[in-house]
Amino acid sequence: MSDFDWGIIARSSAFLAEGMALSALLVLVATVGGLILGFGLALMRLSSHRLLSVSASTYVTVMRTLPLVLVLFWFYFLVPLVIGRPVGSLTSALLAFVLFEAAFYCEIVRAGISNVRNGQSDAGLATGLRRVQVLRLIILPQALRAMMPLILNQIVIVFQDTSLVYVVSLHDFLTAASVVASRDGRATEMYALVAVVYLVICLGTTKAAEFYRKGLPS
Amino acid sequence: MIVIEDVHKSYGNQLILRACSATVSLGEVVVVCGPSGSGKSTLIKCINGLVPFDRGTITVDGVSVASPKTDLPALRSRIGMVFQSFELYPHMTALQNVSLAQIHVLKRSRAEADARSEKILARVGLGDKRDSRPSQLSGGQQQRVSIARALAMDPQAMLFDEPTSALDPEMINEVLEVMQELALEGMTMMVVTHEMGFAQRVADRVLFMDRGQIVEDTPKAQFFTAPASERARQFLANVLTH
Repeated sequence: MSDFDWGIIARSSAFLAEGMALSALLVLVATVGGLILGFGLALMRLSSHRLLSVSASTYVTVMRTLPLVLVLFWFYFLVPLVIGRPVGSLTSALLAFVLFEAAFYCEIVRAGISNVRNGQSDAGLATGLRRVQVLRLIILPQALRAMMPLILNQIVIVFQDTSLVYVVSLHDFLTAASVVASRDGRATEMYALVAVVYLVICLGTTKAAEFYRKGLPS
Repeated sequence: MIVIEDVHKSYGNQLILRACSATVSLGEVVVVCGPSGSGKSTLIKCINGLVPFDRGTITVDGVSVASPKTDLPALRSRIGMVFQSFELYPHMTALQNVSLAQIHVLKRSRAEADARSEKILARVGLGDKRDSRPSQLSGGQQQRVSIARALAMDPQAMLFDEPTSALDPEMINEVLEVMQELALEGMTMMVVTHEMGFAQRVADRVLFMDRGQIVEDTPKAQFFTAPASERARQFLANVLTH
């Protein structure tokens, strides 16, 4: 093991931590923003208003067929054109992630809501609750339980996808590690570290999803 | 109390209700029966606006259900409804199920609502089940909780949509007993059911429906002894022999 220099990890830890912070920020914003927007899209898709449901489902279909890298590029070059001034690559990446993930969260939310029996909404309405109250107090809490494992699963995917922001010259965790690897010629150590970190985080989240699923009362 | 006039309803080109008219007066218990698919459930769901209808009018306590000016949630809060499949909220305890609309519709405080819920749960014989989830209760118990949920709103009338059809035979009576007690206390009730024994004991009138029409609207005694239509005679012969 004398050829390896594991001290490189400690020496570059500040730089790596910055990369991890960016990855975490992307995951957080993509998940929260994507869920909120996806929730709105899901309500549109489930609406009986044709224009709403068709436009939402078109959006979802288009977004889901595009590769994320393309969407990242697109926003990087397109947003400055539209608003007439340059935006940072971070802003455009965050925007791209939110709008991209919204399409996936839309389908997750929609599945969650459709999963709740129709009669539940009738029962709530019959007691005099308004539609919004029925949604908030009766439908969503049940839908959220069904959605939880899928949301955790999507978080794993988003985390893995954050590495793509290198295309707009942002340094996420993986990119930061690869910078150190090529600068100091320590590819083995750095990529081993990356693999372990990804494994721990993704496996941890997946296990949490499984644990949650098992713990649910039927 | 409830006045149904010339109500029509169709899904696509399938006619579900045809020219239905009936009234339920204050304190009256009206049983609606008829073969499955005759439109009974649709009719009862039109009364609180859960199912919109195409033509005709329904008024509850003078308020028109279909009028766009009507505050439908307020109207619904005055009519209790009990469903065939209970439809308790599975993520809440029995007590929370009964308290929910009291808190969010009647704006009672949680303490006030819970106190009322406990009283009503005790009244339907489930005082010890307040903290149970629906999944921990038997079908009969779940249906009694759902009756309690409706009663907690102090309704002026109660609608029952086949309340015992999803129950195992040994649980039917515990639910019917609660309903019977309610009827004796003078609650205005409209009950869709196949339980002819219940109809014989507590109904004032019986509506018989067939293929979307109210074929017969007669006092109980006459319905069971001398039904006017051939369809009703056949129906009675079928259910009463079982």
